[in-house]
Amino acid sequence: MPVTTAVFYLLAAVTLGSACGVAFGTNILYSAFALMGTFLGVAAIFVLLGADFLGVIQLFVYVGGILVLTLFAVMLTHRIDVQVSNRAVGRLPGLVVVGVVATWMIRVARAARWTEGQPGPPAATTAGIGDAFLGTYVLPFEVASVVLLAALIGAIVVSRKEVKG
Amino acid sequence: MKFQYVPVLIAFGLGGLVAAVFVAAGMFLGPRRPSPVKEAAFECGNPPSGPAWGRFSVKFYLTAILFIVFDVEVVFMYPWAVLFRPLGVFGLVEMSVFVLVLTVGLVYVWRKGALEWD
Amino acid sequence: MQELVDSLVADGFVPGGLPLWVAYLGAMLVFGGIVVFVFILPIAGITTWVERRVAGRIQSRIGPNRTGPAGFLQWLADGIKSVLKEDIVPSAADVPLFKLAPYVVMTGFVAAFVVVPFGGPLIIADLNVGILYLTAVTALVVVGILMAGWASNNKWSLLGGIRSAAQIVSYEIPAGLSILPVVMLAGTLSMQGIIGHQGWAPWTWHVFDNPFTFFAFFILFVSALAEGNRTPFDLPEAESELVMGFATEYSGLRNLLFFMAEWGNLYVIGAVVTTLFLGGWQIPLALADHPVPRIVLQFAIFFAKAYFWVFVAVWLRWTLPRIRVDQMMIMCWKYLVPIAFVNFMGTAVWMVLFPAGVPAVRVLLSLTAAGLLVAFARRVVFHVRRALLTREELSFNPLSTARVMSRG
Repeated sequence: MPVTTAVFYLLAAVTLGSACGVAFGTNILYSAFALMGTFLGVAAIFVLLGADFLGVIQLFVYVGGILVLTLFAVMLTHRIDVQVSNRAVGRLPGLVVVGVVATWMIRVARAARWTEGQPGPPAATTAGIGDAFLGTYVLPFEVASVVLLAALIGAIVVSRKEVKG
Repeated sequence: MKFQYVPVLIAFGLGGLVAAVFVAAGMFLGPRRPSPVKEAAFECGNPPSGPAWGRFSVKFYLTAILFIVFDVEVVFMYPWAVLFRPLGVFGLVEMSVFVLVLTVGLVYVWRKGALEWD
Repeated sequence: MQELVDSLVADGFVPGGLPLWVAYLGAMLVFGGIVVFVFILPIAGITTWVERRVAGRIQSRIGPNRTGPAGFLQWLADGIKSVLKEDIVPSAADVPLFKLAPYVVMTGFVAAFVVVPFGGPLIIADLNVGILYLTAVTALVVVGILMAGWASNNKWSLLGGIRSAAQIVSYEIPAGLSILPVVMLAGTLSMQGIIGHQGWAPWTWHVFDNPFTFFAFFILFVSALAEGNRTPFDLPEAESELVMGFATEYSGLRNLLFFMAEWGNLYVIGAVVTTLFLGGWQIPLALADHPVPRIVLQFAIFFAKAYFWVFVAVWLRWTLPRIRVDQMMIMCWKYLVPIAFVNFMGTAVWMVLFPAGVPAVRVLLSLTAAGLLVAFARRVVFHVRRALLTREELSFNPLSTARVMSRG
């Protein structure tokens, strides 16, 4: 499937390019906006893998939620001088960290057992996910609600200092 | 199924293309006579008082956090909703537990006054 | 789409030897181009004309009436005017982001049309996750608006952009929760699948399925208005307080792009509520046997339903005052979200209690809606009559005046 492969590399280029923009940009706001390209690219790759529900969720939660939150956070906390990004840790420590992580990831990728998917039209994935939620993974599903509750309480505690009667 | 998503890719391209065509048309057909006054930020006729990039209320941030939590919650409900009819009572009970926990969250947020906008 | 191309290939319209994917791609490009340039852009423009004419009538004035018959070409004139205006980039702005923002908004807007059905087989792509995709691409518009608001380096723009972002993300929650009952009933997220689950008759529509979906419909419509920055939720661009909100610094074409997206979105709102709740393009099969008139009829009925809600949005805009930011937030989180929760749990319970639905309730709800429509139609007729009265009749015919005065 040369076309699919070409599309994959195109999407990978978009994703990685945007990620580089996030990492190397000196303007923190540009970094935040470059995140959008990364999220979109990842969503598209999910779709390419046949996980359409996951791809759309990626768009829904990450671009619609996380990115907006990040932008708000950047706009909220920066000083007038938005050009300032985070202070770098220095070149050598950075290289060491990147090297270690990269080696690790390559080892994992090589050790993993890759199964070739069946070519041909996969079924709609939404129902399958629902099935898994309510069958095999019912406990994690219910626990997820508790996690969300914890996140909600945490958000309130962090962002609201005064307690209202 | 992958073919289904090609139009999405094309639509993204087309959206950008339409915008580009319009902007290009404006570049060719519109005048271009910049002047410092014209390019100043619009503040109802007064000279602009410094850049607009200041801080704004933390309330917006809180709204965004609330959104993410509820958003993820809604996302969890969609696969369940698709399957609801065959699941019947079992699905209802399971989702009731899920929703109950989150209702507690909503009530907590409400009582804490985080939904007030003052 | 794919079926259409397949039939074309079978009929020999596509030259042999051409790979199938090229044919698909070509068909998609052609159809996408047609949709964008022949449907989306004109519909956005014509809606601005409709809006101004309706506003004129509601405010007892005429509205645009010089360009073309009844001012119909006003939208073209406005478009041409925008093209001929100078494209000003403020010197203090963040130029790359300032220029990028209209593209992002436009992309999100056009991408939404991928899953909007037009009638029968006419849909660009019937995605498995259709309705979820539609709500997800709104995210791009949010990011674009935030980008525009920030990059302008203008206080009005920044406030407008942030307000808009907060508002859109807030109202996505009640909107998402109000879509759930429909998904539960239809058992699919695909737009065509949802339409297929309904019939042409009002009592088979999702909106009348049970009392909860009836309310869910209105919550969805209100949330959609808020997400489209429409009055009474137009705080992001409130002209009396924020000049033009996030678009304050934009001029000429770039400004046009923002407003095209906004008015085009009105149609998307109408199409979404029609698809989810109002039976979509379903028509009685007996009406048309041949595929071509059938598709035309289906398109007509879908368009009529969708555009009715565009009209309602316009009507609301010129009837209701704008709400405040605190009211906007309270309305979302304290009213719409809890009610939406009740709606979807209620629908779940209803479906468990009555797996086959309750025909009596369906008919009763349809009759209620029909009654509302009749009341509305009478009101419209009354106002049209009053508008048609001449000055003399108004001043010399005591009966008509009295009637008008007592009701108006």
